[in-house]
Amino acid sequence: MLPEAVQHAHHPSALAHQFDSLEQQREAATLGMWAFLVTEMLFFGGLFCVYTVYRTWYPDAFAAGSHELIIWAGTTNTAVLITSSLTMALAVHAAQTGNRRLLITLLIVTIALGCVFLGIKSFEYYTEWMEHHVPGLNYEFEGEYYRNAQIFFSLYFLMTGLHALHMIIGIGIMLFMLWFSIRGVITQEYYNPIEIAGLYWHFVDIVWIFLFPLLYLIGRHTHV
Amino acid sequence: MSSTVLTPPHHYLNDGFGVKSWLLTRDHKRIALLYLAGVTFFFFIGGAMAVLMRLELATPAGDLVSDETYNKLFTMHGVMMVFFFLIPAIPAVLGNFLVPIMIGAKDLAFPKINLASWYIYMLGGLFTLYAIIAGGLDTGWTFYTPFSTVSSTTNVVPAALGIFITGFSSILTGLNFIVTIHRMRAPGMTWFRMPLFLWSTYATSLINVLGTPVIAITILLVAAERVFHFGFFDPRVGGDPVLFQHLFWFYSHPAVYIMVLPAMGVVSELVAAGCRKPVFGYGFVAFSSLAIAVLGFLVWGHHLFVAGESVYSAMIFSILSFCVAIPSAVKVFNWTATMYKGSVSWETPMLYAYGFIGLFTIGGLTGLFLAAIGVDVHVTDTYFVIAHFHYIMVGGTIMGYLGGLHYWWPKISGRLYNESLAKLAAGIIFIGFNLTFFPQFILGYMGMPRRYHAYPPEFQVLNVLSSAGASILGVGYLIPMIYLMWSLRYGRLAGSNPWGAVGLEWMTTSPPPTSNFAETPIVTWDAYEYPARVESHVA
Amino acid sequence: MPPLFPQQASTMAERVDALYFFLVGVAVFFALLIAGLIVFFAVRYHRRDPNATGVNVHGLMALEVAWTVIPFLITMVIFVWGSSVYFAMAHPPDDTLNIYVVGKQWMWKFQHLDGQREINELHVPVGRPVKIIATSEDVIHDFFVPAFRVKADVLPGRYVSVWFQPTKPGRYHLFCAEYCGTRHSGMIGEIVVMDPNEYETWLSGGAAEGSLASAGGKLFADLACNTCHRPDAQGRGPVLDGLFGRQVALQDGSAVSADEAYIRESILTPSAKIVAGFQPIMPTFQGLVSEEQLLELIEYVKSLKSQTEQPTARPVPPGGPTTNETTPVKK
Repeated sequence: MLPEAVQHAHHPSALAHQFDSLEQQREAATLGMWAFLVTEMLFFGGLFCVYTVYRTWYPDAFAAGSHELIIWAGTTNTAVLITSSLTMALAVHAAQTGNRRLLITLLIVTIALGCVFLGIKSFEYYTEWMEHHVPGLNYEFEGEYYRNAQIFFSLYFLMTGLHALHMIIGIGIMLFMLWFSIRGVITQEYYNPIEIAGLYWHFVDIVWIFLFPLLYLIGRHTHV
Repeated sequence: MSSTVLTPPHHYLNDGFGVKSWLLTRDHKRIALLYLAGVTFFFFIGGAMAVLMRLELATPAGDLVSDETYNKLFTMHGVMMVFFFLIPAIPAVLGNFLVPIMIGAKDLAFPKINLASWYIYMLGGLFTLYAIIAGGLDTGWTFYTPFSTVSSTTNVVPAALGIFITGFSSILTGLNFIVTIHRMRAPGMTWFRMPLFLWSTYATSLINVLGTPVIAITILLVAAERVFHFGFFDPRVGGDPVLFQHLFWFYSHPAVYIMVLPAMGVVSELVAAGCRKPVFGYGFVAFSSLAIAVLGFLVWGHHLFVAGESVYSAMIFSILSFCVAIPSAVKVFNWTATMYKGSVSWETPMLYAYGFIGLFTIGGLTGLFLAAIGVDVHVTDTYFVIAHFHYIMVGGTIMGYLGGLHYWWPKISGRLYNESLAKLAAGIIFIGFNLTFFPQFILGYMGMPRRYHAYPPEFQVLNVLSSAGASILGVGYLIPMIYLMWSLRYGRLAGSNPWGAVGLEWMTTSPPPTSNFAETPIVTWDAYEYPARVESHVA
Repeated sequence: MPPLFPQQASTMAERVDALYFFLVGVAVFFALLIAGLIVFFAVRYHRRDPNATGVNVHGLMALEVAWTVIPFLITMVIFVWGSSVYFAMAHPPDDTLNIYVVGKQWMWKFQHLDGQREINELHVPVGRPVKIIATSEDVIHDFFVPAFRVKADVLPGRYVSVWFQPTKPGRYHLFCAEYCGTRHSGMIGEIVVMDPNEYETWLSGGAAEGSLASAGGKLFADLACNTCHRPDAQGRGPVLDGLFGRQVALQDGSAVSADEAYIRESILTPSAKIVAGFQPIMPTFQGLVSEEQLLELIEYVKSLKSQTEQPTARPVPPGGPTTNETTPVKK
């Protein structure tokens, strides 16, 4: 049995009591975040499954609905999110190299980009509300695809809404990370929270990268 | 290994008193007891509904309660039992208590997340309880569309949200166990030196983590459709109600393995300790848990054989369903072989283990009837299916749970319970259970459908037998409540290893200290290495 | 002594029961084997000395393989047998007597082709294969006749079919076996199987409204379908004579079989499949026709034979209409 003295010798304040070393803690936290992201994949996966079924059955209705979405808003948002993933990755690197100032700056930029995304999304939702494309609230749709396009819009709002909720949570997590960074909790020895927050942020970005073409770009190549 | 001290002066139960020390605890053992209180509470609510149902079914006419009320009773019985008892019980009570100790760690990987999972569980449970009190739910625990989305007039949305919330409790618990088992094993504790309970818990956690998110999104879709009339499952706008069934069963079939795998893990421990020798075919039993977890995700379509599935996909699901039976059979054979040349105990925990093996075998064999499509067409949606899954859930999981609760009770509480009363209760439960559910196989083949409030008179005799059994079973479940509570105060002190068993949990005090071990163990032995003789303190 | 086994009243029942008894045999064998071994070992090796331990018997690969492979082979036998029974259930013979069923909360509505309507009770002749074509008006129900060993979920928006051939006259329970709301357990009825002569008598005593097909023809005219769907190929819609059962070429190049589901979809959502060479101008009749009226229209379309075909004589009960009717075309 390991003598108690050895157990308590290295005990930095960042080490939680159930772990034997910072290394073990870091590995556990990272594995935990990856496992959690797998659950998120299954969660969104259910919606992608529903999407696949109905798009296969009603391709024209889906294309008609997709054409009603605001393509410039979706494209801009895609660029915004990809950039925010870049700033996030750079933030992790800043943390690794102990560059606290840069870390704080990059976290602020990432948060700001996230807010820009949500702002554009809100504008889209507002516009779609004005155009009466919200199922259950004021849905109308001209033409032969009225019925089945309802499924498209339902999926659109549900999938982008769930994604936006994850963005909001992500921004919350980033605010926590910002606070940790300002308070000096993040050091060159202990930057794992930034890493795993980054994992989450990248995941939310990747979900959008799937959502964008599947929702906004249906049949775009056949129409001007 | 003998203990010189029967009860240590400092242990996790007296490490802090008062409500705050319990409600804000990060100790996995205290959290396990919080879960014990929660699951017991919901079990008795679900059980009360069952009692009312069986009382109604003693007569062919629907004369005790109205049909609306009956529909709410069976729905809430299913919801309470499945989501709030069977899925969490063994993992969150026994798993939370034992996983760190069996692995030689001080706690789980994420203690605060563990506590959060309990709060989430209770919040979801209270939401669902609100749905009952505010008028009930009548969709069945399966929420089939379009009835649940369009036709039902009951509190579907609050109940759905309650289940949605509770799902996160399962996910967080699963994540915690996976990370703990991967990263926090004591020095020397290789994967193949782990007790089989940990293998089962690991496999269960994999299912929890992969399957629960799908039911979460599915139930969210039902709630969203009800509120916003989205139309995913509404044929009037081109939706497909059978798509719901695919999404629902994609989780809910693996869910039944979440319910039974932990009980199988408990039984492995009970059989090893009850025979004082290693489980026969350790490697096969360990891998069979993983095989069940994987195969369990591939068979959901067997719930849709008569639901409009194509002939060829039905046949694929049928053959896979036969395949998933095999690893369970392997376990049963290995447990039975373990008893050969064992030193076979007749103490209560072991009685529950033997009961599990027999009843699970019957339940599993009747699963073969359901996997054979030609027979399933006749018996699906009848009492045959009800008997099948109760043999596994009640004859299996609940007996495994009770066996584990009795076996580890001395470790958890530091006390021994009254063995004679415990044996009596086990016997009453066994008899009551079989009397309740065996007649239902016959009823099902005769054609009595499920979820029927009233039935043709020729089904009465079997129903009366079943209801009689249910009252016996109910009494049987109450007895352990009494003597276990009594033992907390008046039971004999247990000492660290009353059973003379081998395992890390028996190498620490009863109750254990908050950090589980005085010193971190270094493991150099296999899981069930029994010496030629041990010291037992139960007699 | 109450009954403990359902009656066998269809050709399929014997096949299902044979498999069932084999399964019972397998189950009893293994249950007794395991229970017996447990009891035997528990007694034979009962711990007498409280401090004794067991003998570590090392695992035997041959044993593990044996008790994995043998159960697997047994399950494969059951699989093949079960699939073969299921295959027969899923493929009705060609000469079935078709009956339409509409399930709704909480009753069964039956429509015989000659126009007889029944509620909750269905009369059929013994010895003939019967095909039920069913749909639901609201939620999912399930058509279950234990004595025939037949069961299928009845879905809204779709047609499902089951078939059976009764072998014994008598009255047999019909149950709804998919929970459908408040009076689910009240959605029960009876299948009345009669000798062929009695059945003919019963049939001729019945419907005054005329056959399903003729009701459909009337509806076809009332709804002005005949203004576009003319038999002389000069209408704006495709010719329906001889359509049923044929392959239809669609605008996108694919082909589809003109079955009941196709006709139903063409009436409710005509834009879903456009016939090659035609414009998508047919209006939808969603909400304008009930499920029963859809069945009448389907039967009418079925009855329309191609102008160049020899009229085929369909076996009909005496007193019923012939199948060679065509409705006069309104200008």
